[in-house]
Amino acid sequence: MNANAAVVARTPQEFKSDLKPVWCPGCGDYSVLAAITKAFAKLELLPQNVAVISGIGCSSRIPAYTSCYGFHGVHGRALALGTGVKLARPDLTVLVAGGDGDGYSIGGNHFLHACRRNVDMTYIVMDNRVYGMTKGQASPTTEPDWEFSKLTPEGTGLREFHPLVIALASGANFIARAFSGDPNGTADIIAQAIGTPGFSFVEVLSPCVTFRPEQRHWKDKARPAPVKTTSDPSQAARRILTDDGFNVGVLYVGNRKPYQPSIGRGTKKPADLEAGFVL
Amino acid sequence: MTHPISTPRASVSIVLAGSGGAGVMTAGNMLLEAAAIAGYYALMTRSSGPQIRGGEAAAMVRIATTPVENVEDHFHVLAAIDWQNINRFAAEIPLDASSLIVGDPDHGEPPDVFVKSGASYAPVGMKKLAKSIKGGWPNMVSLGILAALIGLPESAVARAVEKSLKKRPDSLEASLAAVRAGMHAAEGMPARYPLRPAAEAKTPRWLITGNEAAGYGAIRGGVRFVAAYPITPGTELLEWMAPALTKVGGALVQAEDELASINMIIGASYGGVPSLTATSGPGLALMMEALGLASASETPVVVVDVQRVGPSTGIPTKSEQSDLNIALYGFHGDAPHLVLAPNSVADCLTTTQWATHLAEMTQAPAIVLSDQFFGQARAVVDRPADLVFAGQRLTAPANSPDYKRYALTDSGVSPMAIPGTPGTVYTADGLEHAERGTPSSQATDHLAQLDKRQRKLESVDYGHYWAEVEGEGELAVVTFGSCTAPVREAFAQARRNGFRARLISMRLLLPAQTARLTEALAGVKRVLVVEQTHSKQFYRYLRSEYDVPGSVSSYSRPGPLPMRPEEIVSQLEKWSRA
Repeated sequence: MNANAAVVARTPQEFKSDLKPVWCPGCGDYSVLAAITKAFAKLELLPQNVAVISGIGCSSRIPAYTSCYGFHGVHGRALALGTGVKLARPDLTVLVAGGDGDGYSIGGNHFLHACRRNVDMTYIVMDNRVYGMTKGQASPTTEPDWEFSKLTPEGTGLREFHPLVIALASGANFIARAFSGDPNGTADIIAQAIGTPGFSFVEVLSPCVTFRPEQRHWKDKARPAPVKTTSDPSQAARRILTDDGFNVGVLYVGNRKPYQPSIGRGTKKPADLEAGFVL
Repeated sequence: MTHPISTPRASVSIVLAGSGGAGVMTAGNMLLEAAAIAGYYALMTRSSGPQIRGGEAAAMVRIATTPVENVEDHFHVLAAIDWQNINRFAAEIPLDASSLIVGDPDHGEPPDVFVKSGASYAPVGMKKLAKSIKGGWPNMVSLGILAALIGLPESAVARAVEKSLKKRPDSLEASLAAVRAGMHAAEGMPARYPLRPAAEAKTPRWLITGNEAAGYGAIRGGVRFVAAYPITPGTELLEWMAPALTKVGGALVQAEDELASINMIIGASYGGVPSLTATSGPGLALMMEALGLASASETPVVVVDVQRVGPSTGIPTKSEQSDLNIALYGFHGDAPHLVLAPNSVADCLTTTQWATHLAEMTQAPAIVLSDQFFGQARAVVDRPADLVFAGQRLTAPANSPDYKRYALTDSGVSPMAIPGTPGTVYTADGLEHAERGTPSSQATDHLAQLDKRQRKLESVDYGHYWAEVEGEGELAVVTFGSCTAPVREAFAQARRNGFRARLISMRLLLPAQTARLTEALAGVKRVLVVEQTHSKQFYRYLRSEYDVPGSVSSYSRPGPLPMRPEEIVSQLEKWSRA
């Protein structure tokens, strides 16, 4: 890598692009962007060695707002896209980011298998319990009695998806909840997530002030979890199944070995493979 | 009983059938190997029942003095270790009055569906013969019978058996004894089908499947990352590539579904590593949205579609060319891309290598339309030429001043920055974008980028690889893929009656090679389009993309039965007289 630059302390500003976000004023995602750039600076990464990968949705616009390499792909497939980047280029820091609809609904299957596969990358979900880009429909994390979508005027009647439980059961190696109203705390959690080998999942409560104005009150609810990080999955499961969804902090850190098939280390030439065909 | 020795022939077709566990495939493979050792070309296809494992199976082997790439009009010998459920394959096993049926009377008489062909019948107690040898098996007896009937030397068969039983030397003696018993049993049979002596091989030969050839072509083309989901009949391509990639410094990942596999390879290619996935029709359908992303974000990827009978789950183990439409037109929006089709088992290598090269050069997705026939056929072929396609992906140097990922260049191809390169960061995007990659909904940007993406594909010189063009005359058959070899053989048959025509087998289907096809068809008065689809997909494509001269007719039929020369000959006769 670039040896000259590595000794220079980095600032969050260096990780921001000059593009103006499409987000509404007051959107929680501004703070998440700030937290991500703080985490990158804290870890003294170089922008060219980071790939920020996303799917579709308000929060999925985030790659272009950084000064890193980015890929804004199709809806729901950000984890697959990011997995390909990391497996082909293990030298890069890969951060996948998006929203609750992108990650838990259309991308739900990839979420399960990214946790299982445990590739060394970080997945940030900015969860606002609503589809914002399509103007306010219920997402998998929306409360069953939320009646403000024309698509489901009587509420969905469906139980909320519980991403942390799913992540734990599926094998994610690092599981945390953060709140965008605390960008410094979120930055610390993201930095830890990136620094922990394997698949790190950070669920960030990130209010949508436009379609879910009541989420402004999340700032009164979110608080640091009263317990320490555990490496015991059963303890982690009990905690997340019994909390009210506003405990913030690193819940679980395991020690599973990341999945990384060796690439670039073969010793044979393509022509050597012909031996298998020769009569 | 007389024992007529037929005139030696250039080609013979044999089918060996039996129930699960009878070892039909093992014996078929040994026959293929023995033929290769004796200096012949050969092709083996297979059929099996719906059971996951151990159902009835049929190994179809064609052996010839010249290269073979398709099945013959009928089989000369049908040997059945038993007759269980063989009716299932009846349509795939055409016999005629000159054919011979070899069966074990202890398993009953041959079914009427075969007897009514008028074929002779030679009963052999294969099971009893095998039992008389300690450790002998009926399939080895049948191997001996078949080898004797076509005149393969015992030494070639013995070597093939030895090669196959390398890891089980204890069963070698019994197997060889069973083979000899079979050869002896064949002596009194009412017909024989001796092959002409094989010419000495001038070039080294390979024993290879189309799936292996495509996998090797991909690696020769530079592919080092594969993500894929298992699907018949593409799986063997992946199974061959997994260890092969490890050896050459690449990796294969089994994805959770086809949506993941295509997105993973887009990510890997964005990271700078040439990438590929292989699938079949249902998987290709799932990949279409992300293929549009590859087109819009200008990320080169290769998708090998080993086509099977569709739509939906269709007939997974049989061949058809009916994914042509989705490959050509399945993208939403205007999404320029490449579509290629190999024209033989060995050409799966060349075409996939070329597709990889073209994808990298144009930074566009390429779909390779292989099919089940090529993919799962095992053939003895001349070693394909070592082709080198000059050029590679255009990348951006570090710290390029005022770097624009989607810069509007003359060729349409713009330098692609690879992550890790300082001073050229950008965000790849499926949203329409301006030159820098920033999202744009401006009409001018949309038009400029559409033009650019189309221009890229038109800036490449595809050279003579776009098609195989053979023959001359005022008639022409235009075809592609696995219809090519049956048409070629039909031409050879029809030539005896003075038939002359051009054969054009197109390897590059998109972008359309309008000028080249026009030139190849210059002076042609009538064109016949041959394909294996129900709705004349290739015919419609040709009519819409090209100004095909003269009167144009179509011979199009769906799978699952492979295309045979005879049906094309009868079309040619009708058509050339019409």
